[in-house]
Amino acid sequence: MLKIANASGFWGDQPGAAARLLAARPDLDFLTLDYLAEVSLSIMAILRAKDPSAAYAQDFVDVVTSLIPYFQGGGRARLVTNAGGLDPLACGAAVRNALTQAGLSQLRVAMVTGDDVLPQLRQAMAGSGSQPDRLPEFANLETGAPLATVADRLVTANAYLGAAAIADALRAGADIVITGRVADPSLTVGPCIAHFGWTGDDYDRLAGATIAGHLIECGTQACGGFSTDWLDVPAGHDVGFPIAEINPDGDCVITKPSSSGGAVTVRTIKEQLLYEVGDPAAYLSPDVTVNFLGLSVAQAGTDRVSVSGACGTAPPDNYKVSAAYRDGYKAHGLLTIFGHDAVRKARHAGEGLLRRLQERGCMFRETLVECLGTGASVRGIASRMVDTQLVETVLRVSVAADTREPVNRFTREIASLVTSGPQGITGYATGRPKVLPIFGYWPCLIPRQSVASAIRVLEAEHGSGGDRKQQGVRT
Amino acid sequence: MIPLREIAFARSGDKGNSANVAIFGRTPEAYAWIREHLTAGRVEEFFRPLGVGAVTRYDVPNLEALNFVLPLVLGGGGSRSLRIDAQGKTLGMALLEMPIDPPWQP
Repeated sequence: MLKIANASGFWGDQPGAAARLLAARPDLDFLTLDYLAEVSLSIMAILRAKDPSAAYAQDFVDVVTSLIPYFQGGGRARLVTNAGGLDPLACGAAVRNALTQAGLSQLRVAMVTGDDVLPQLRQAMAGSGSQPDRLPEFANLETGAPLATVADRLVTANAYLGAAAIADALRAGADIVITGRVADPSLTVGPCIAHFGWTGDDYDRLAGATIAGHLIECGTQACGGFSTDWLDVPAGHDVGFPIAEINPDGDCVITKPSSSGGAVTVRTIKEQLLYEVGDPAAYLSPDVTVNFLGLSVAQAGTDRVSVSGACGTAPPDNYKVSAAYRDGYKAHGLLTIFGHDAVRKARHAGEGLLRRLQERGCMFRETLVECLGTGASVRGIASRMVDTQLVETVLRVSVAADTREPVNRFTREIASLVTSGPQGITGYATGRPKVLPIFGYWPCLIPRQSVASAIRVLEAEHGSGGDRKQQGVRT
Repeated sequence: MIPLREIAFARSGDKGNSANVAIFGRTPEAYAWIREHLTAGRVEEFFRPLGVGAVTRYDVPNLEALNFVLPLVLGGGGSRSLRIDAQGKTLGMALLEMPIDPPWQP
């Protein structure tokens, strides 16, 4: 049996989770740490322009540093993470540096590369003019639009790699595996392949491990976090991170450290099973296509839920690509309005500000005025759920434009409502809103044979003489 | 009339400019009722103010669940949407407020 815990569900999750998990459960074999949401890589691309070390999740280096006492004490849990972001090699070098300084030169760090397919997309665009009859490559999966409409604005394009390269890195002796974009469940499937010796067509087993990875990839969400009945979750102030105990047949038990809060119940697990899922009969990953319809979910003790019966078939021929393109700028500003007719005043103030800016030449392509507290999150649906005679609301004004200037002007002028708006307006202590770049999301497909993943293993010794490079095309 | 939440629980999440909302019966009886009455058309009508496209319903009887996929519901999704909820975090809670009239008192 393999015990794999998740210690980070997203970029910004609790930095102390890894050390706490390993203190509570020294028997864990692996920690997985997920840092990449759909547009995280494009944010890194922008940050990288100012700071080359911002092309990966530096938080992970801090996590490794937090585990130095654990490793020095002989702890041997291995780490698998997508913290490498746009630059797994730089992330690996930073991690090795931290380990070497702590005298942990025996720990091996490996990086998986090859997910960056921006060159392939650019090349396809350069060559597309000569082959007008060909089906459009890299068309947007959601809209069907051809890549040419955004080709000159592409920022990043990364294929979701699978578990095979992670397994290769572990078989090569890696203690820490750092990837760029991989499918989130593959962080869990890779260790299973390496440990159990599964082959690429052990589809039912791969499906079971994919389910386990999917269940733990969002951290505390499996243990009562974000659940419908959240108020009833015990010790909800410190919800635990999930542990998957995976059997050689791919079935698993999801649990959590007994010292942590939260709960692992049939309900929390069912909710997480269908989180961000489309067709439950065909959940697509680069490792396997999973059918959820034969799954059995059962309570197997306190905070222990067994999940069995996953059914797998061959994965798709293509990798999914998450690409992003520059699509202008936006900003959001918040002000609080208290007093009688608060909602009317807020709307009047927000719409008035936009009108004034537009009259003075700001060309916004989209604007939005929301009065938070009135059901604005699902505007038009919630009207009967909320009290419309509120004495207080938060005014949220948003603008978007193709160029930076009008958005910048908005961020400089919203504060003027403090003196020109209604009495009872407050809450401007956080300063000017930030101008944010907008990244359009461009999901598309790429044939597997167009993607070459590779692993690079660093022996954490002084100097770089210990580097070993392993290249291979994954199909 | 009672809110759907009295007989069901939910989970929503995003994928690009789409979201999914999974609805789970709190009891086998509740699941049988929502399976019969909570149609894709009814959910589409409910979310129409948000600009939703054609809703697809997937039945997951082994989890006593229905999974609804809601295209175009996030105002652009991800970093593009200007809305306070660009990622569909609130949609499960919203659907659970749907007024329903089951033939029994939960």
